[in-house]
Amino acid sequence: MTEKTHELRLTVNGVTHELTVPARRLLSDALRHDLGLTGTHVGCEHGVCGACTVLVDGKPMRSCLMFAVSAVDVEITTVEGLAHQDGSLGPVQQAFRECHGLQCGFCTPGFLTTITAGIEENPDPTEDEARDMIAGNLCRCTGYQNIVKAVCRAAELKAQGADR
Amino acid sequence: MTTKLMGTKVQRVEDDRLVRGTGRYVDDVAPDALHVAVLRSPHAHARILSIDVEAVLDIEGVHAVWTYEDLDGAMAEPLPLLIPHPTLTHGRTQYALAKDEVNYVGEAIAMVVADNRYLAEDALASIVVDYELLPAVVGIETARAAERLVHDDVPGNVAARMEQSNGDAAAAIAAAPHTLSLDLAIERSACMPMEGRGVVAKWDADNGRLQVWSSTQTSTGVRAAVAAKLGLDLLKVDVITPDVGGGFGVKINHPWPEEVLVPLAAMRLGRPVKFTEDRREHFISSAHERAQLHHVEVGFDDDGRVLGLDVRFWHDHGAYTPYGLIVPIITSTQLLGPYKPGAYHVQFDSLYTNTVIVTPYRGAGRPQGCFVMERTMDAIAASLGKDRAEVRAVNFIQPDEFPYDHGLIFQDGRELEYDSGDYPAMLTKIKDLVGWDEFEQFRAEMAGQGRRVGIGLACYVEGTGVGPYEGAHVHIETSGKVKVATGLTSQGQGHQTAFAQIVADELGVRFEDVEVTTGDTRRMPYAVGTFASRAAVMSGSAIHKAAKKAKEKALRIAAEALEADVEDLEIADGVVSVRGTDASIPLGTVAVLSNPLRYAFDEASKAATQFSVGDPGKPPVAEGDEPGLEGKDFYSPPRSTFASGMHAVIVETDPDTCEIKILKYAVVHDCGHLINPMIVEGQIHGGVAQGVGGALYERMAYDESGQLLNASFMDFLMPYVTEVPTSIDIDHLETPSPLNPLGIKGAGEAGVIPGSAAFAAAIEDAERLSITAMPISPSELFALRQAASTNAGETP
Ligand code: FES
Ligand code: FES
Repeated sequence: MTEKTHELRLTVNGVTHELTVPARRLLSDALRHDLGLTGTHVGCEHGVCGACTVLVDGKPMRSCLMFAVSAVDVEITTVEGLAHQDGSLGPVQQAFRECHGLQCGFCTPGFLTTITAGIEENPDPTEDEARDMIAGNLCRCTGYQNIVKAVCRAAELKAQGADR
Repeated sequence: MTTKLMGTKVQRVEDDRLVRGTGRYVDDVAPDALHVAVLRSPHAHARILSIDVEAVLDIEGVHAVWTYEDLDGAMAEPLPLLIPHPTLTHGRTQYALAKDEVNYVGEAIAMVVADNRYLAEDALASIVVDYELLPAVVGIETARAAERLVHDDVPGNVAARMEQSNGDAAAAIAAAPHTLSLDLAIERSACMPMEGRGVVAKWDADNGRLQVWSSTQTSTGVRAAVAAKLGLDLLKVDVITPDVGGGFGVKINHPWPEEVLVPLAAMRLGRPVKFTEDRREHFISSAHERAQLHHVEVGFDDDGRVLGLDVRFWHDHGAYTPYGLIVPIITSTQLLGPYKPGAYHVQFDSLYTNTVIVTPYRGAGRPQGCFVMERTMDAIAASLGKDRAEVRAVNFIQPDEFPYDHGLIFQDGRELEYDSGDYPAMLTKIKDLVGWDEFEQFRAEMAGQGRRVGIGLACYVEGTGVGPYEGAHVHIETSGKVKVATGLTSQGQGHQTAFAQIVADELGVRFEDVEVTTGDTRRMPYAVGTFASRAAVMSGSAIHKAAKKAKEKALRIAAEALEADVEDLEIADGVVSVRGTDASIPLGTVAVLSNPLRYAFDEASKAATQFSVGDPGKPPVAEGDEPGLEGKDFYSPPRSTFASGMHAVIVETDPDTCEIKILKYAVVHDCGHLINPMIVEGQIHGGVAQGVGGALYERMAYDESGQLLNASFMDFLMPYVTEVPTSIDIDHLETPSPLNPLGIKGAGEAGVIPGSAAFAAAIEDAERLSITAMPISPSELFALRQAASTNAGETP
């Protein structure tokens, strides 16, 4: 039996893609395997680790808990869309690098997208607010110490207008 | 002179690609690959009566379905027992696909190859297996009781019994003025890297060559295993380890069933094939660690000096023993920590259970050993009414006693001989850092507010940088860029950065011009792997030596070109110059001169053609020399280096809810010279977080039938940011290792080792209750309080 498929358009990082997928295709798989945007990672596929977080109309969402067919008519931003137009690192990316906020880098895309939305909402987080912001994402390498620092640094970079 | 990078916080070169989402993990390669799904045993112990795969073949999109029946040759033999040991008398390993019997929930039984993972998983549902259920052996007590057996031919469920001693511990204990005995337990946990296992294979029929990508800690190990299993010449197999999403030990085991099945499928089907483990599979079909029960007998004098120590313990290694006895051997030797008991005897049994196999998890048996030794020190202090730090101090090996030989054999088959360290200095530092001497005042203040606090301390020594060897290749291109390769793999330790620092320093080139490749057998086919905090020591030293060789050659050629003495030359920013003059030559040009050419293909190479260089009276490449500006070398130390550390933690326990809160966490750490303090501190942070997980949250909840009840991130509680200390105070001590040229010792595992020991001590101190089993949850603490108050005849 052939699986029924659906034709849809996904707008990712400002580019519209057309694809044909079965209804059960996870958004995370569609991004990674159909569109080749492998920056979005899957660490659990049950919505707990946050590695697969992407921005859906600017809000962080777990792409392993969404079907691709339900992601039409929205703007999706993945980690690949966080750099500046000129190719230089965006403030959260830059802050992670400066603060050693990543080791293996597997959880990192989910943190970067989550924090991008977080400092949009709260442009000047305290350390406690920074912790709150990332409290739904798992990292097995860093012990979070430097990720908390990176949140604060990212807010600073963004405010400094490093965010062109 | 270029400023030295060794010891400085250089930002990582890995990060740019990783923060852009352009890293390459194994699931990111070969987008056109077919996907594998594996049928895994739902039972902990069963005989397989029949497997019916008929229905699968009709499913559209399915390319193959295989069971044990479809394997032949070496593939039909059990997987290798990687680390044999004379005492491992009853070692057993599983088959790539189960033959007749399954011994844990998760054991591979059949595999399907399909167009994508969705279809492959659908197909698994059509396989019908008929099982005869057998009683499961779960937990150390059940295994030890041996009323049921995991393997019929392994009496008592005992794979190995090992014993070591130094002096007559029993006699020393019998003669000691004071004695104590303790029973101590640690539960199962697991590495849980955020990326699970994964393997991709492509068979290149045109070249008769197999290319394998694996998320492994040893690409050379996987290569050898794949070649042996598939009957291929080693030189026909390339294994590449791309970016790896964490390892922490589990990925050192090899080959996993999928690591040989996927290459086999790629060869048989002539298509690229991929297996990407999902999270549930990682819980039930990779590896766990830590579960051990220990019984301690100790004899000591009035000062708390240990005169005799006798430790008997039982190690749960799961259903099979592919990784041998490494974990319990490490516990049995490393539990000695910084101390020198008068006499020591240790004996362990390594036991089969119907659960997932065991391979090292960061710390590898040391967290258990440290827990045992440090609980013993605390118990001695308590029984003598002495300060816990003081009791430790009287037992320390002193700085003038190095090298210190414990009279035991370590995990690498070499003497357990510590190279260097300064434990008294370290104790002073940790006491200052945590505020040990001021704590009673703090406790009183807190008590005044109705708050209950406690402080704990734990010390450890970690054998790092075990052999046998690592190698490195340093190649200077005619552009002046330096390409470095070492064979061990990286899982987030920043090797590309740290190793480039070493090369930049040694060669005198710009850091930006150095590019390091790890874990690619095409670039460095001789290597061992990344485990036991050995990468910096082993590959770091090999790279240093290889860079030195390349430098010697560069200087020799440059001296000829500049008509100067080698002694008068220096290299800075990639340019060789004669000290105090203007005469200079870029390294790239030296590389051109190193390779006499017949053909010119660009401007640079014109300078090296046969009519431009060389003395016509001599052979273009001198006897014993080689063309090219390269250096290759290996580092193989006589024995391990020994790093050390001490952690102290202050906790607060809630008088009502039993919640355990971390108020302060302090670390003093000695890994010899630091290559990159930023990376070392990051390693400590991560280790401490895993230590917190191991002490307070993480355990594998098996029921008595062998089902793992918490096989998801929803139920296996790894620390989020909300569970780790809000800050970790770190101080370093640097006692260089005399065993390697850079004086380094390795730092990867350190942060996790004393976690359970330190927390147990702090909780005990807060609660005045004896803590003998970790991890401990609030409900377990509540139960301990209840039991204590019942015993005391009080109302709770
Ligand atoms: S992969 Fe989506 S939350 Fe873990
Ligand atoms: S950096 Fe490895 S999991 Fe976060």
